[in-house]
Amino acid sequence: MLKDPSLDGRFGEFGGRFVPETLVPACQELEAAFRDAWADPAFREELDDLLRDYAGRPSILTECHNLGKQLGIRLLLKREDLNHTGSHKINSVLGQVLLAKRMGKKRIVAETGAGQHGVASATAAALLGLSCKVYMGEIDVQRQALNVFRMKLLGAEVVPAVSGSRTLKDAVNEAMRDWVATVEDTYYAIGSVMGPHPYPWMVRTFQSVIGQEASEQCHSLLDGKDPDVVVAAVGGGSNAIGIFSGFVDTKARLIGVEPAGGAAVGKGMPGVVHGMRSYLMQDEHGQVEEAQSISAGLDYPGVGPEHSYLASIGRAEYPCVNDAEVISAFQVMSRSEGIIPALECAHPMAWIIREAPKMQGQTILMNLSGRGDKDVAQMMEILDGQV
Amino acid sequence: MSTDIGTLETYLRKKRSEGHKLVVPYITGGFKGWTDAIRAAAANGADAIEIGIPFSDPVMDGPTIQHASESALRNGATPISILHELRSVDVGIPLAVMCYYNTVHHAGHERFANSLHEAGVCAAIVPDLPLEESGLWCAAADTSGVETVMLAAPTAPDERLPRIIERCKGFVYAVGLLGVTGERDTLASSALTLAKRLKALTDVPVLIGVGVSNAQQAAEACTIADGVVQGASVMRRLIEEDADAVGDYIAEVRKAVDQC
Repeated sequence: MLKDPSLDGRFGEFGGRFVPETLVPACQELEAAFRDAWADPAFREELDDLLRDYAGRPSILTECHNLGKQLGIRLLLKREDLNHTGSHKINSVLGQVLLAKRMGKKRIVAETGAGQHGVASATAAALLGLSCKVYMGEIDVQRQALNVFRMKLLGAEVVPAVSGSRTLKDAVNEAMRDWVATVEDTYYAIGSVMGPHPYPWMVRTFQSVIGQEASEQCHSLLDGKDPDVVVAAVGGGSNAIGIFSGFVDTKARLIGVEPAGGAAVGKGMPGVVHGMRSYLMQDEHGQVEEAQSISAGLDYPGVGPEHSYLASIGRAEYPCVNDAEVISAFQVMSRSEGIIPALECAHPMAWIIREAPKMQGQTILMNLSGRGDKDVAQMMEILDGQV
Repeated sequence: MSTDIGTLETYLRKKRSEGHKLVVPYITGGFKGWTDAIRAAAANGADAIEIGIPFSDPVMDGPTIQHASESALRNGATPISILHELRSVDVGIPLAVMCYYNTVHHAGHERFANSLHEAGVCAAIVPDLPLEESGLWCAAADTSGVETVMLAAPTAPDERLPRIIERCKGFVYAVGLLGVTGERDTLASSALTLAKRLKALTDVPVLIGVGVSNAQQAAEACTIADGVVQGASVMRRLIEEDADAVGDYIAEVRKAVDQC
């Protein structure tokens, strides 16, 4: 089990609650509401029902025989791409929006990078009868037009963030500015294991269903054994922490793969932004640097504080892969297994392909956190229609 | 800064005891003409000046100050360059800086506190460093003789305000509304409500900031509060016009609050 944070919201020296004074009471209220809800069997049952009957859980475990044979490994995929709305984001959003309703909030604000969390938020808000506004970097609005339209179809308002780098970081800024002004009736549904306490802990708790299921599925498939390596993409890090949570007590290597242009753990140093102390890409004066990644969902200069903690104690490793490796892995996976992955998930795939020679005969569990439909138009452009 | 004006709090208390309402404009450090704007504001009746150290991700700021911050950063402004330039600004009134916490964290608490003191800055306002996270910074600031202005928001329950006030030095920054910095058509009722709650609890000067958008609203705020902090309305004038326009505006605010 991953440990709970300290009372002041710390995982080791990371985390905390660095928010404007206006938001402190809201974060305290949220923490109390979450503790209360999580201890309430009725809330847990309602969430479990939604996860089963609406989101389609449990998600299956798929063994990739073709790729495994090619690479000399045993490769298992946790199929979060098959969830309703196409990614793991729905796990956290259903929990958060149910909680918002329980708290009497009328309105959801969310940020989104690739649009997966925005779509999931719009979906949950539609289902549970709350209004929803999603902030999305202007650049991401352009490269993820399909998801923008999906959110609108679901009844959400999509607002382009036009400040700064116009990507995920700025969408978070805009969502926080909205929340500062509307905190009395609005719930901020953060999309990853980031932000002020209790978000990193709460979102991890909602996502830990991935690791619990995967652990049982692996035991069943591997005669009670655990995989040798568990690998996932890391932007903010919610899908990674979700699957890590099932294996942190095993001997499995835990690998969070960052994009080379957004490697907070790999290239950053501790800093404070978006309510948390964590590894952060920043310049010599403490200005936050703009991430550069082919994947809108990983285009983020920070990382969830629990990942910083796991890195600091050496429990998890955070290598990075570059865009060229990702483009290649995206195609390899599509052709070899008939599964088009989200560009985010092409990152751990690229790492597996690169590192396979050093892992011969080992069993690798990868979290396939989302499907690639949303990225097809962008890839068509990158590959100039040539496959 | 060479003039010995004591601490921000003693200076503001003295001004208040003379029956004076307190006018504190905010100016983004590193923005074109910023030091001239400081001089113009001081010459036209400002009681202290808040200097913003621009940050890449200013979550408490609306479009005007975001624009000023981005522009200053593009011009190459850094915390070091701003504090360096401040050393040659002697306007005879206290200076405070407003900076986001990563600027402090990155430099290191002691080092940043010392650099403020050496630049002649009396106080610091760190809008994303709430009470519960402020211990390390406040200790370093106290040691260096830098006052830490705490913010109080309309959302604070009654039990929270006394704890904020206890840790507060210089003045209490009463956040006038739920929202980020920027000009509004009217002064929010939450501003006066919060100022009343704070005035009932403390003798430390209470200044309303965020959403005090013109001279008339400043005068309205000063019917309850000891003074005002004004940012977006000041910076809009510096962005669209120049330091002289800032001076004219401060004179107008001064006149309005002196009549209330």
